[in-house]
Amino acid sequence: MWKHALLLLSLAPAWAQLPTDAASIQAGKKAYEWHCAFCHGAGSDGFAANLVSPRLIYAPTDSSLVNIIRTGISGTGMPPALGMSETEIKQVAAYVRSLGRTAPQKVAGDATRGEALYNGKGGCTGCHMIGGSGGRMGPDLSDIGIRRAPASLRTSIVNADSVVVPGWAQVNAELSGGGKLSGVRLNEDTFSIQIRDDGGKIHSLAKSGITKLEKNAAKSTMPSYEGKLSGAEIDDIVAYLFSLRGGL
Amino acid sequence: MKIVKSLSLLLAAGSLVCGQNAGNWLTYSGNDAGHRYSTLNQITKANAARLRPLWVYQIDKTDKFEASPIVRDGIMYISEPPSDVTALETGSGRVLWKYKRVLPDDMPVCCGKVNRGVAIHGDSIFLGTLDAHLVALDASTGSVLWDVAVADYKAGYTSTVAPLIVKDKVIIGSAGGEFGVRGYLAAYDAKTGKQAWRFWTIPAAGEKGTETWKGDSYKFGSGTTWVTGSYDAALNTIYWGTGNPGPDWNGVKREGDNLYSNSLIALDADTGKMKWYFQFTPHDVLDLDSTQVPVLADIQWKGAPRKVVLFANRNAFYYVLDRQTGEYLLGKSYVRQTWAQPELDAKGRATWLPNTHPTAQGTTVYPNSPGATNFQAPSYSPQTKLHYVMTRDEGGVFYSGDDSYKQGSWYLAGRFVSKPGEEARGAIKAMDPRTGTAKWEFPMFAPSWAGVLSTAGGVVFSATWEGDMIVLDDATGKLLWRFPMGGNVFANPVTFLSGGKQVVAIAAGHALFTFALE
Ligand code: HEC
Ligand code: HEC
Repeated sequence: MWKHALLLLSLAPAWAQLPTDAASIQAGKKAYEWHCAFCHGAGSDGFAANLVSPRLIYAPTDSSLVNIIRTGISGTGMPPALGMSETEIKQVAAYVRSLGRTAPQKVAGDATRGEALYNGKGGCTGCHMIGGSGGRMGPDLSDIGIRRAPASLRTSIVNADSVVVPGWAQVNAELSGGGKLSGVRLNEDTFSIQIRDDGGKIHSLAKSGITKLEKNAAKSTMPSYEGKLSGAEIDDIVAYLFSLRGGL
Repeated sequence: MKIVKSLSLLLAAGSLVCGQNAGNWLTYSGNDAGHRYSTLNQITKANAARLRPLWVYQIDKTDKFEASPIVRDGIMYISEPPSDVTALETGSGRVLWKYKRVLPDDMPVCCGKVNRGVAIHGDSIFLGTLDAHLVALDASTGSVLWDVAVADYKAGYTSTVAPLIVKDKVIIGSAGGEFGVRGYLAAYDAKTGKQAWRFWTIPAAGEKGTETWKGDSYKFGSGTTWVTGSYDAALNTIYWGTGNPGPDWNGVKREGDNLYSNSLIALDADTGKMKWYFQFTPHDVLDLDSTQVPVLADIQWKGAPRKVVLFANRNAFYYVLDRQTGEYLLGKSYVRQTWAQPELDAKGRATWLPNTHPTAQGTTVYPNSPGATNFQAPSYSPQTKLHYVMTRDEGGVFYSGDDSYKQGSWYLAGRFVSKPGEEARGAIKAMDPRTGTAKWEFPMFAPSWAGVLSTAGGVVFSATWEGDMIVLDDATGKLLWRFPMGGNVFANPVTFLSGGKQVVAIAAGHALFTFALE
């Protein structure tokens, strides 16, 4: 058995070497458009992670980049590669790194004004945390500037229902003993559901004790800011959010 | 010393049931007919609530754990991903030996480095490997008795299926349908490892069937055989399902029915010659492999006894065929589907509806590529005469692309995603073969990849996707007991006796769980 263990070690893939030639990166771009663009966007302006960034949260090294493309990121919306050869995976990784070398997307607004709006008129802090302070009713935004591209951030603010972050579906439960509970669905299975209420308290309910369960994965608890903030104000907030890179 | 002693006592107790096969679980499906049914009746509707975990065995791999165990006389044999075998003592869960296979690192593999189980015959254990070999191991030590290459892994061939023993032969299927391979079912002599016959599921140049493929597209026709089939000794016939035609999601280059993809094939057990076939999904472009376990049942059909084969298909239709002739008796949609006309024709042929093929912009169709059911094993109880099927209800968006065949490369010509904004659902359905309708169903939050087991105790065992082991009343579907195993399930349950006590086992997450009455 030892012999086998040693053999396995020696078969472990070497440090990922990404191709650097233009043809490979071009091939990577083509594969990206087929396999990745419908989530990440053709110019990385989709709803999934913004890849126009010199550093990536899950992929500090080229090896980890190749690995997450190959196997996905479990527990998130990032799927494993299907239908990609090892060569193509490396080419796509090289293309992703080339995106990271391009200048960050341009934003029209002003980040300093955006920060003030975020904390003041926008009323965002009540629901979102940044750097450890803020509310719990929405996702932590500390590294939102890497996780989302500016165009998709803007869409989220203007019309919150357009992309609802997975894991933030709103649910309303009517309980058999009378009473109601609403909040965000943290988890669910055939027999139970876990809900965080608007006060941040976590409840686990047996489905047998629920008389009616309303779920709306396409409805956000976040208000839409169309008409409540001017176009320029939204641009400023987008500029601020885009500058939040979780210290990366 | 003491431990060793009690171990040997346990093993001795186990061997009391030697030859008494009810206490063993000797094939993938428990019997040749594909029933996944046991005559064991210690666990009943009345006492199922007293089930408790007996032991848990953890594997040290992160790949999907899909093995269906084999149990004989107090020893359990499981495969572990990617192509390893472990023997365990059934009373304690302690490991007796392991076979570890070192695989090449340049293997093209589709859907995880998985294996669904081993086969046992005499003193040998048989394993199909990811690098497309068939290996015989000594059941007592794990030593390699013989090891033969069944196909060339570099061309995209793999084996993930549990082999089936038919008389003195080991029947092994192929996988690699996403790489444009040529599917086969092959028989090897259990003693020598010599090939006895091989049936190619895709015809060769000049053979009948090539006319169902445009041009020479049959050369990359796939039609693999990656789920264990069934065997009828009286008819000397092997029944096996075949997979998708290649490439998966664009049929333009392979116009025609694409025989014998997505079919049930009936082969002579001695020669491998085809007796008949029945194609469920002609010209498939949704990846609807007909690789489900064919269930052989003897039922009353319109007032007369009839030998039939039941087939709950991935394409969302439920079929009953005469298993001597392949004659179509019944076919009904049993899960939501939008790809075909709701009624099959008089011969059981499905008719594609317009605008259901993948396109560059995407076409929404039910079911999604994983289908209405997939490799989750069904169960048939001769007691209730019901056929228990794990079903999935999910839509998909299908995109077509272009791929030209290159040896060892992906050959898909498209892709699919789950229909956005919709949560998939699952259910265990108790199908009545005489009507093709469900007598009851047990709805589940998400579609599960677990198989189903029924027993003479009047209970049905299975698991939810989220990892709950569940026990249902076989007549009503009522939940009797559950246990959260804490990991997603991709495997089938089995049951056996250990030290005279009925045990149920199933893999969940990266562990094998066993349960017995307290
Ligand atoms: C079905 C949608 C989807 C597809 C297809 C997809 N991704 Fe992702 N990807 C995501 C999501 C969602 C995340 C963010 C995961 C998280 O943080 O929760 C992500 C994360 C990533 C990350 C990590 C970003 C970071 O900051 O660390 C990389 C890199 C990545 N994807 C690359 C790719 C590549 C390359 C492809 C194509 C081969 C691809 N993805 C295909 C949805 C997708
Ligand atoms: C009432 C609570 C609430 C308020 C107020 C609120 N949000 Fe949200 N926000 C949420 C929730 C819940 C989500 C997750 C569901 C969704 O995607 O809409 C979310 C999602 C987001 C996202 C996407 C996060 C991600 O991980 O992709 C952004 C960006 C965002 N909010 C920005 C803002 C900004 C900027 C403001 C203020 C102008 C704001 N929110 C105000 C509750 C709120």
